Amino acid sequence: MTTIVSNTDLKEKFSKAFEEAQGLKSQLHKEAFDAFQNMGLPGTKTEEYRFTPIARLLEKNFNLDEIEPVPSGINSVKDFLIPDLDATVLVFLNGFFSETLSSSINNIDGLKISKLESALASGEAADYFQKLLKPSDDPFTALNSAFWQDGIFIHVPPHTKVEKPILILHINDVVDRQSIAHTRLLLVVGEGSELTLIEKSNSTGDHSIFHTFAEEIAVKENATLNYIKIQNDDGKLHQVANSLIHQSAQSILNTFTLTLSGALIRNNFNIAIDGEFCESHFHGLYLLNGSTLADNHTVVDHLKPNSHSNELYKGVLDGNSKGIFNGKIFVRPHAQKTNAFQSNRNILLTDTATINTKPQLEIWADDVKCSHGCTTGQLDEEALFYLRSRGIPLENAKAMLLYAFAAETLEVIKKTELKNYLDQRISDRLAKF
Amino acid sequence: MAKDNQVLEEFTSKDYEHGWAVNLETEESPKGLNEEIIRFISSKKQEPLWLLEWRLKAFQHWQKMEEPKWSNVTYPKINYQDIIYYSAPKQKVKPSNLSEVDPELIKTFEKLGISLTEQKRLTGVAVDAVIDSVSVATTFKDKLKELGIIFCSFSEAVREHPELVKKYLGSVVPMNDNYFAALNSAVFSDGSFCYIPKGVRCPMELSTYFRINAANTGQFERTLIVADESSYVSYLEGCTAPMRDENQLHAAVVELYAMDDAEIKYSTVQNWYPGDKNGKGGIYNFVTKRGLCFGDHSKISWTQVETGSAITWKYPSCVLKGDYSMGEFYSVAVTNNFQQADTGTKMIHIGKNTRSRIVSKGISAGKSQNSYRGQVRIMKRAVNSRNFSQCDSLLMGDQCGAHTFPYIDVENNTSKVEHEATTSKIGEDQIFYCLQRGIDEEAAVALIVNGYAKEVLNQLPMEFAVEAQKLLALTLEGSVG
Repeated sequence: MTTIVSNTDLKEKFSKAFEEAQGLKSQLHKEAFDAFQNMGLPGTKTEEYRFTPIARLLEKNFNLDEIEPVPSGINSVKDFLIPDLDATVLVFLNGFFSETLSSSINNIDGLKISKLESALASGEAADYFQKLLKPSDDPFTALNSAFWQDGIFIHVPPHTKVEKPILILHINDVVDRQSIAHTRLLLVVGEGSELTLIEKSNSTGDHSIFHTFAEEIAVKENATLNYIKIQNDDGKLHQVANSLIHQSAQSILNTFTLTLSGALIRNNFNIAIDGEFCESHFHGLYLLNGSTLADNHTVVDHLKPNSHSNELYKGVLDGNSKGIFNGKIFVRPHAQKTNAFQSNRNILLTDTATINTKPQLEIWADDVKCSHGCTTGQLDEEALFYLRSRGIPLENAKAMLLYAFAAETLEVIKKTELKNYLDQRISDRLAKF
Repeated sequence: MAKDNQVLEEFTSKDYEHGWAVNLETEESPKGLNEEIIRFISSKKQEPLWLLEWRLKAFQHWQKMEEPKWSNVTYPKINYQDIIYYSAPKQKVKPSNLSEVDPELIKTFEKLGISLTEQKRLTGVAVDAVIDSVSVATTFKDKLKELGIIFCSFSEAVREHPELVKKYLGSVVPMNDNYFAALNSAVFSDGSFCYIPKGVRCPMELSTYFRINAANTGQFERTLIVADESSYVSYLEGCTAPMRDENQLHAAVVELYAMDDAEIKYSTVQNWYPGDKNGKGGIYNFVTKRGLCFGDHSKISWTQVETGSAITWKYPSCVLKGDYSMGEFYSVAVTNNFQQADTGTKMIHIGKNTRSRIVSKGISAGKSQNSYRGQVRIMKRAVNSRNFSQCDSLLMGDQCGAHTFPYIDVENNTSKVEHEATTSKIGEDQIFYCLQRGIDEEAAVALIVNGYAKEVLNQLPMEFAVEAQKLLALTLEGSVG
């Protein structure tokens, strides 16, 4: 019963914060806040948040009525960049876009990048804003839609191949005090265009961070999007990211989510395949240790016929970490000739790590090929023995096998510099297990 | 394709063959549910006080509970006050042997193809026949008695072996386990009880045949099977009901209890009336089945062939408490027309080195919805445990749905869990292959479906396998995707 009581407490705190906050008085903010008030924060009785005690953690770690932006002393992002990767860098510091630290956003490759607020004011973003992610979809989408203060709008005009990837850095610098941030992304990849977008989050400092994301991405006809998320925060971060990618006909999507650390990371990652002959490669890797909780809820929704989706999520869990995977595949009544595959594989390294997985298939069309597989286990004893019999020490042998296990997820990455970087991060981490 | 649809339509209009009702004189309780009704049932059965108290306690729990909403089925709200909770065929005298049983009753079961007259049985299956709510006859009782096996109706067990019933009743499915189990605990009227003593291998299949006959009644029976150390029993359950326009509720509880080295094999061929082709009528089959592998090296195996019921909502589960214990679940669930099935299993691994295996085959046709919902849970203590699950769905026609909801929770690093699922339809090339060899389309579908379900059907005892195969062919022939 305690969760319900505390939930009311939390709602009240959010209420107070909402009333006091400046700049949140627009109609959309208000509607979103009402939606949030109606839903409340999910307790452990809520099916979608059954294993993620997020309300409890929020209550324990945050003064939720303190939502003033946290100033940051960071004046160089050199340490957070991806080595050798030539990219357009956009920096968010504690949830706010920093023009001084970001690359110049005027006229790069014919791209249109602007602050979301100004894009909304000028009417450019209005066609897309809150059209894909509706506040009523998820309590945290509602919370974000009610409290968001900053965000970015990226528009790739039709028939533009953007050579230089965009790197969005979310840096949470909480040396002084706790930080609560709500960030939005609105991305439109125009017809026949191509873009690589990398989102990397990092945090420093000892205080708690609560960060929500609401990310709406539209991939138009014949367009290609490579979307990479690197979640590399320290152990104080509580993050809920709601992302929805809408795919139009014949578009290609490659996504990769790498989760390395954080206190609680929840990714609600949805892909709506709303056109024929689309391709979707949907990969994820979580390498967890300490007491990190990583919760990946994914949805691949086949709304139209003749598309192909392939989902692969893998995890290595060490220490007291907890992994949660929920993969839904929907094949709607008219989505005939769909090929949808899903696989979730996990390795538990310690007795105190746990995994809860639920691969869920819902199919309303008969002429389809769908499958899902899910395994949880350990490293193969025989493979370990084979390596050791050839003089490779146990630790190295383990790292080698874990690397082989994890590296498969990198296949979606095309860009060499990026692939090398991710590869290095993964090997570094696995060598420490 | 047009021909396929025609064949499918012809088939779906096929009548339910057990849809008749007989006029049996019955004794019924008034409609509705309250403490009085529970006292009425209890006194009708001449039950001891402890059992009445147990029922009342369950009723109190039930009143506080809410009907669960999480399943993937939809149905109009059930009015629990509009159900007759007790209905028994009226018999002038209590039969002490079969010759005294009402001939009308014996005829009823003969019509179903189940002979209650022992000498006529060739296969050697002991049957406990339950009609509406009450057990009417149990065959081969004496022969089983020689081995110390107790096989009788639940009421008889309460009278003759109260200590056993008291000890094991509710030990696997507590009275407040879930909404329908609590309802059953409050109002259950009869069922079967079976006890296999230490070291005894039951020489024949034990079987219960359930039949709903009266209108407006719910059937709430309870089966309790206890297998003592190193014993073995194979148990069969079958069921049918007449065609009626209203929906009838069937909320049963089955408890299995296996001690060290014991093995229980429980097979079900469920063929309750599924409703007509417009989805009218049919049985709501909301059943709680659970087996407890209490002892080390014990084994419980569930096999089910689900073809009937408007709505099936059940999860035969195994709690693997003893070290090295083993649970199995084999299921074929077929839905047609407007049938809905949400079925699967739970394998709870508690003991060390426990193993479980799940094979679930769903077949949906017409406008039906078929869901597999299962949980495999490996607790921290359950080191070196192993699970393999496979759930396949076969879709026939483009208006049905197949859903899979597997929950996999692992809490230690020495166990291995594997799950795989596929969804497909009968391939045109498979049909073509058969046609080419002179096998007509209907026979080809029957052949392919049978092959698809073979892994499960193989687990059934002989007599049941034949019946199940026929049922499958009946339910699905002609439905080519």
